[in-house]
Amino acid sequence: LSRIGDELYLEPTESGLSLRAVNSSRSGFASFLFAPLFFQLYEPGSAGPETELFRCKVHMKSFLGIFRSLPSLEKSVGKCLILLKPRASRLVLQLHCKYGVTKTHNLAFQECERLQAVFDTQSCASHLCAPARVLAEAVVHFPPTLAEVTLGTGPGGKISLRNYVEDEAEPSKTMVTELWLAEDEFQSVAVAPGSHITFCLKEFRGLLSFAEASNLPLTIHFDEPGRPVIFTLDDTVLEVHLVLATLSDLESDSQSPSTNGVSHLPAPSDDFADDLESFMADMETSEGGSERPSSPTFPLRTPRTAESKPEEEQEEEEEEGAVPGTPPHKKFRSLFFGSVMTPGRPGPATTQEVLAEDSEGES
Amino acid sequence: MPFSAQPPASGERYALSASLDNARHLSSLLRAVHFQDYATCLATASGLRVTVEDAKCIQANAFIQAEIFQEFSVQEESVMFRISLSVLLDCLTIFGTSSLPGTSTALRMCYHGYGHPLMLFLEEGGVVTVCKINTQEPDELLDFDFCSTKVVNKIILQSEGLREAFAELDMTSEVLQITMSPDKPYFRLSTFGNAGSAHLDYPRDSDLMEAFYCNQTQTNRYKISLLKPSTKALALSCKVSIRTDAQGFLSLQYMIRNEDGQICFVEYYCCPDENITEAEL
Repeated sequence: LSRIGDELYLEPTESGLSLRAVNSSRSGFASFLFAPLFFQLYEPGSAGPETELFRCKVHMKSFLGIFRSLPSLEKSVGKCLILLKPRASRLVLQLHCKYGVTKTHNLAFQECERLQAVFDTQSCASHLCAPARVLAEAVVHFPPTLAEVTLGTGPGGKISLRNYVEDEAEPSKTMVTELWLAEDEFQSVAVAPGSHITFCLKEFRGLLSFAEASNLPLTIHFDEPGRPVIFTLDDTVLEVHLVLATLSDLESDSQSPSTNGVSHLPAPSDDFADDLESFMADMETSEGGSERPSSPTFPLRTPRTAESKPEEEQEEEEEEGAVPGTPPHKKFRSLFFGSVMTPGRPGPATTQEVLAEDSEGES
Repeated sequence: MPFSAQPPASGERYALSASLDNARHLSSLLRAVHFQDYATCLATASGLRVTVEDAKCIQANAFIQAEIFQEFSVQEESVMFRISLSVLLDCLTIFGTSSLPGTSTALRMCYHGYGHPLMLFLEEGGVVTVCKINTQEPDELLDFDFCSTKVVNKIILQSEGLREAFAELDMTSEVLQITMSPDKPYFRLSTFGNAGSAHLDYPRDSDLMEAFYCNQTQTNRYKISLLKPSTKALALSCKVSIRTDAQGFLSLQYMIRNEDGQICFVEYYCCPDENITEAEL
């Protein structure tokens, strides 16, 4: 979670303790849900009819500092007690160690709104499931500094991983690494042929290390470029989700500069839900082996985005629609890397797709 | 042991002369008090005491008894001088700090008296190095007036239990608060840093607790930056005794066993932080 954001959100729920993080540009969200069975004792407190269960956020570094040295923790700590004390404004973490020694940490927390990304694995066109080891071994071929990677489906059911190179980069100075994984390396493959997505590798690596360490298979749900990619890990007592924005397709030139580069999952509002369904229906029927979402889909999108983004950019959007094949790459990059979201603004009015709403959205 | 270089002529009288087969017996102890450049050395018939002070609130002493040395003679009642501890340590470890099994640096130390430099003859594997370190007028040392009769609370712990705690102290906290009490929490170390507060509790019946004599509940705060260097002494030691007196002065005594199984002591004395008059639990 620390690979995603600087703040750790703690949300006790009836179904377990949820730990979440979101990155500064709101293009990455992760949540770990520990079921009550994971704990020796789990008391989420009581929520009244008016009040909700208390939740808070703490500085990631402060929290991690308590669990600094894993080897010594394993040797000396017997159990850990976590108490949330709203009245004292403290999150208490108590480690019961060898020799009867008790370490008590009282962390200051901030109250916060519910952090919830809007995503739906069911609505994704493609799903892949592989042991974490397979993906870890694949990813090791890419340099640690590589920012983005493209995952694609190829002929014969093969899956490819390729480092994403910006078009501006000089072809003679860039190194492209591409590797292909056979279908049988995966536990399950249900992908739309010819689909591909580009996402941030750095944020994915964090989850991958966790998956490898816990020996859990990793499932990847994705759709078309621009739609978020969802990575999930499932266990009897743990549910993990990592949602990352993906780069919109290069040919999606009808986008306004400010909407490029970030997944276009619409905000949860009634109009869009219907549009989304019809949109998805269109996508699925029109797929039939086309490499990329072709232009016919854009007219479908443009009106919607025009609706939802009533800003200056609208005119630019239409202009660019008239010039296919000249994608505004720079704008991809600037958005992807951190236009800062002002929290609390409702989705549709924003220029950037918000994965993680501050208000109480549902998943 | 073997010295091919001429040792000082037997006719000369040195104020202090000492021989040590393994210089590490001295250097490792001196490192445990090396938080300032300069130290004051006091040599008496019972041995060598090296004192380091800071801010007029903290004093550390390393004691190397005469019995540790192969030869130790002091001409007058006592000999005292101020010397650069950094330079002394550099010389003692001039053949390197990594210790191969079986090899050791032999040391011969000579001091003519007031105004003369301290002479060190170091030998390892047939190679001899001669060092002359200038000495200075000794400063007046703090007297914490800490004697066993004034002790209010005392505990003796196995160092193993404290090592990790001290190494991981939250240095964003300005103070280290020590609570000693006949009732819960018995012995507690607390820090108040940027992330929040942290408390480390040791119960009186813990296996780590070798002795527990607490008569009164006392909570005192000490500047963490002053106490942090004591971590080195803690790392070397097998046991530590923690004592406080009525004014809140802290005495930490570390029992250190050297490579040959001989026992030496290092102690730290610290004044409570003056900014806090009423300490909170």
